[in-house]
Amino acid sequence: MELAALRRSAPFLRGLAVFAFAIALWQGIVWGTGVPHFILPGPERVWRALINSHAMILDNAWITFAQILTGLVLGATLGVVTALQLAMSPLARLVMRPILVFAQAIPIFALAPILTLWLGYGMGSKIVMVILIIYFPVASSFFDGLMRTPRGWLDLAQVMGASPNRAIFWLRAPHALPSLASGLRLAAVYAPFGAVIGEWVGASKGLGYLMLLANGRAQTDLMFAALFVLAAFTVLLYLAIDRAAAALTARFTEPSG
Amino acid sequence: MTTTGASAQTKTGAGVIPAPGTVPAITVEGEGYSGDALLFAPLTLTLPAGRWTGLLGASGVGKSTLLRVIAGLETGVRFIGQVRVSDGLPLAGRVALMAQSDLLVPWRDILGNVTIGATLRGARADRDRAMALLERVGLADHARKRPHMLSGGQRQRAALARTLMEDRPVILLDEPFSALDARMRAEMQELAGELLAGRTVLLVTHEPAEAARLSHAAWLMHARGLEALELPQTPPVRDLEDPAFLSAQAALFRRLRARDPGVPERAGEGA
Repeated sequence: MELAALRRSAPFLRGLAVFAFAIALWQGIVWGTGVPHFILPGPERVWRALINSHAMILDNAWITFAQILTGLVLGATLGVVTALQLAMSPLARLVMRPILVFAQAIPIFALAPILTLWLGYGMGSKIVMVILIIYFPVASSFFDGLMRTPRGWLDLAQVMGASPNRAIFWLRAPHALPSLASGLRLAAVYAPFGAVIGEWVGASKGLGYLMLLANGRAQTDLMFAALFVLAAFTVLLYLAIDRAAAALTARFTEPSG
Repeated sequence: MTTTGASAQTKTGAGVIPAPGTVPAITVEGEGYSGDALLFAPLTLTLPAGRWTGLLGASGVGKSTLLRVIAGLETGVRFIGQVRVSDGLPLAGRVALMAQSDLLVPWRDILGNVTIGATLRGARADRDRAMALLERVGLADHARKRPHMLSGGQRQRAALARTLMEDRPVILLDEPFSALDARMRAEMQELAGELLAGRTVLLVTHEPAEAARLSHAAWLMHARGLEALELPQTPPVRDLEDPAFLSAQAALFRRLRARDPGVPERAGEGA
């Protein structure tokens, strides 16, 4: 296969080709090694599990997706508000910054059992998990952007008689939106982790719960099917946020060249 | 390039030429330290009302510090001294700033950039006046374009329109044309000289030609203070081919070089 030709082809087609190749490789391994299907089911078996159990998978997937999206919206909002607050108030910076640095050092995953203890087996503990996981990347990337406003713009705003808050709203925040966009990209990748780990620790519904359940019953094909649904959702979520982030970046920065 | 017509002048009316009596003279006096090291000795710089004052000097000598002191901006230098205004009123709200970088924000169109001052003050922008000013600087057709679609010269003209939009009696220019090519620079000098006439202007520059062309009076700044420079008797903006301007420019250049003996020989290699 010609590399240049591969690079020229549409990214979607390229993705599809890579995907097809991975499936073929997977099938090859299953055939070649003769591994039992409860250890590694072949693609065809997983596909059948997906079709046969689609009602159950969907039922659980919906819960997980709702947790991810709710956590994403709330966590991003909280992160944005924190960054603005830090940028506006030197006192908040003085007090909050060490706390933020310290909090980033805590492995959030380790908090999952505590959150379940406090908030129960329902969606609440998973949503809080997602919020905690994406809060720091969003807050810190946006805050960094807010603190990198070109000096000349700030001079101009001051001479023009802008209040600090108006300067934030009309200059510093728009200038920091591309930084926020990269934080949101990270958030899109992290958020599903948060929900699933929350479900592993303790849940009565959701894809993470389903995977654990299927694993316990040696229904490896169902486990894989749930995993694929989660992966597909994560990819779609990332693509959507990446698109939005790219549009945001294009709108608020000078195109180069 | 679009010529600026006389009709536009009457249209923008009060926006272009400030009423006499509202334009103050400014005196800044003091000394500058970088840490404990003396940056410049005690000096007194006076900007006569309604006139262009050129301030020349090597980079790092503190020209921009003086400009920032007048603008009320942080300088990063310890300045011990004061700014006096002829009418005794505070300068805040009476100064407009134009820098080497056009400082246009990429997410607003040109019209939005010209009216950004009102937005930043939470006031309603007078879009008609902004459009008239854009016409005045020859950018009426570009009002709805975003900055990246304009050339460097056009962008600097948009910055000039934004400066005029502020309608301040005191204008501080910090090497505003140095990023432009020679032809653009000459055109911008003429346009700015015409449109900013009647205001108290401080022009900080390292270009002898620019100071000689635009200033009513010009000063050379160095570590020991200020030195008056000789300029032609003719009013600015001086014609590029005016022999008096040319010889003044040469004299200024000579003075500038004489101030830094030893540096000029190596300057050519470094740049």
